[in-house]
Amino acid sequence: MILKLKSFFVFALTSLSAPLRQFVPLGSGKPRSKPKRPFPLARFATVLALGFFCAAGAAEATCASSARVAEIAPGVFVRPGRHGVVFEAPEIANVGFVIGERCVAVIDSGGSYAEGESLRCAVRRRTALPVCFVINTHVHPDHMLGNLAFKSSQTSFVGHSKLPRALALRGDTYLQRAASSAGEGLGPEHIVAPDRSVEGTLDLDLGNRTLQVTAHSTAHTDNDVSVLDLKTDTLWLGDLVFMQHVPVLDGSLNGWLEVLGALMARPARRVVPGHGPVQAEWPVAADDTLRYLSLLREETRRWLANGGDLRRGQNQVGYQEAPRWQLFERHHKRNVTAAVNEIEWEN
Amino acid sequence: MGKLRTGFFSSFGPGAAGGRIRLLCLSALLLIPGHAAADAAEDTAWLNGLRSAYFGNRPIVESDDVIELESPERAQFAAIVPIAVRAKFPQTPERFIKSVTFLIDMNPSPLAGRFHFMQTSGRADLSLRVRINAYGPVRAIAETNDGKLHMSRRFVKASGGCSSPAGADLEAAMARLGKIKLKTRGAARPGHPLLTQLMISHPNLTGLQMNQLTRLYLPAHFVKQIIVSFDGEPVLTAETDISISENPNFQFYFVPERAGVLSVDVVDSKGLRFSETLTVAPAVALN
Repeated sequence: MILKLKSFFVFALTSLSAPLRQFVPLGSGKPRSKPKRPFPLARFATVLALGFFCAAGAAEATCASSARVAEIAPGVFVRPGRHGVVFEAPEIANVGFVIGERCVAVIDSGGSYAEGESLRCAVRRRTALPVCFVINTHVHPDHMLGNLAFKSSQTSFVGHSKLPRALALRGDTYLQRAASSAGEGLGPEHIVAPDRSVEGTLDLDLGNRTLQVTAHSTAHTDNDVSVLDLKTDTLWLGDLVFMQHVPVLDGSLNGWLEVLGALMARPARRVVPGHGPVQAEWPVAADDTLRYLSLLREETRRWLANGGDLRRGQNQVGYQEAPRWQLFERHHKRNVTAAVNEIEWEN
Repeated sequence: MGKLRTGFFSSFGPGAAGGRIRLLCLSALLLIPGHAAADAAEDTAWLNGLRSAYFGNRPIVESDDVIELESPERAQFAAIVPIAVRAKFPQTPERFIKSVTFLIDMNPSPLAGRFHFMQTSGRADLSLRVRINAYGPVRAIAETNDGKLHMSRRFVKASGGCSSPAGADLEAAMARLGKIKLKTRGAARPGHPLLTQLMISHPNLTGLQMNQLTRLYLPAHFVKQIIVSFDGEPVLTAETDISISENPNFQFYFVPERAGVLSVDVVDSKGLRFSETLTVAPAVALN
């Protein structure tokens, strides 16, 4: 029965025209009072709209299907992101999990409750062990709006010591913007702040497997952490490294270049970038980000030294990078703006 | 209505530059009410209170003949949106612009600032950076010396500007609080308007950067008043509010008739005062 329903809805979804599809996510406002036990129909609509096919009528803990994940190293799973703009497209960032002998750590939870659910289902398919940690690499919604799907007494949320403030400053805006794209407001429970904050480094024990979480100084944002799985020497970088998707500067240009330089000096067997392939070689994976940021800094400095202003600079600085990146036209002007705002106070 | 427009525009996706033209074409195509109707919808907030709150029942002429507002059609960084007004004539004793008021309809506090120009301003041009909280009109309203009001208006697509801290590195911003940079561009010549840049390091906190869940918030703290003088004579004064971006940044003109000292005095909402001076020595004409 469920199967038949499923195939019907798959058909319905794929045959919907683009404008009609905008009306599908009516149920995606998410239950406000009982987030873990959503009204089945509303949940079904949400799940459907986002292209996931978890069982609708089944009890809340079971999953008919789940996010597709790649096992890039023993016990290390990544759900690949697809390049898109936050609040316009789902499943943008690379997110995933690491399985130990005692429990599981999720590293970033995705851009919505539905994405979080789908990732939770992916964990369930592979292990019955509890999720003891959800680590958020930084504040951006494509990395943390799925947190709510993991909220339980067994799960601790881990983030940079500056993450709570960043969430406080931006959370309401995220909820509103998620609202305008889904048709209904998201309740404040969708912002799940860390209960364990990281300054310096923090070791998390998953049972015969240690994840080392490192808090960085201001770079991509002011609340970036990276996560190293010591067992496989896999380094999760969050958005400290972008591949294919143009980097987004929301912290400090000078700071990011400094943090990136320090990270590149340290070898790793493989890295997981926040956007791009599910795994990449280190440190060559950072080459594109490093080149883009260096050029942005150099050209911004030159632009300002020649008396250039922000308005014209937004259309002039760094454009030789355009053909090298996806979503360049959606983020580059923002990056120039942030760069000017920082560099003009350099001395 | 605002919401409808939002959805409509965002459905254009990444290629929304030139959206107004497309909107027109699309309207014609679908035989739905066109440009005028759309403009009327945009003006709801203005007509239902903003206009009378700030200008009473004084007549306002909408045209770009006195000043022209320049703004990006879509702002990728809503916390820092560069905008400018260009005056269509120089400041003369017979005809000059006394003030320009910037209003951002959809912002929680729509009045971004009011700037007073003098005859010594030379040109009533001004560039500034503002926060824009939601898709909507930005207005510049000039008052000329005959007491008439002239409005230039643009629709800007941006959202979330009032609640996000721009630089994201609040510590750095606070450490530099009150630092001022004052620069002139190009050679100063007696009797000619000299382009001048004023930069004030200030987080310009809106007081809206808070969260209902954690109750963490930053109280409003912003630049309120700016007086720029040349040898003690004001050349530009301003009252500003939370819609001005962090690190307020202005470009304007003044006419140095002789060598002198350009000075700026800034007062913020906590009563803190900051100032800076710059010696300006116009080159004497060779002929």
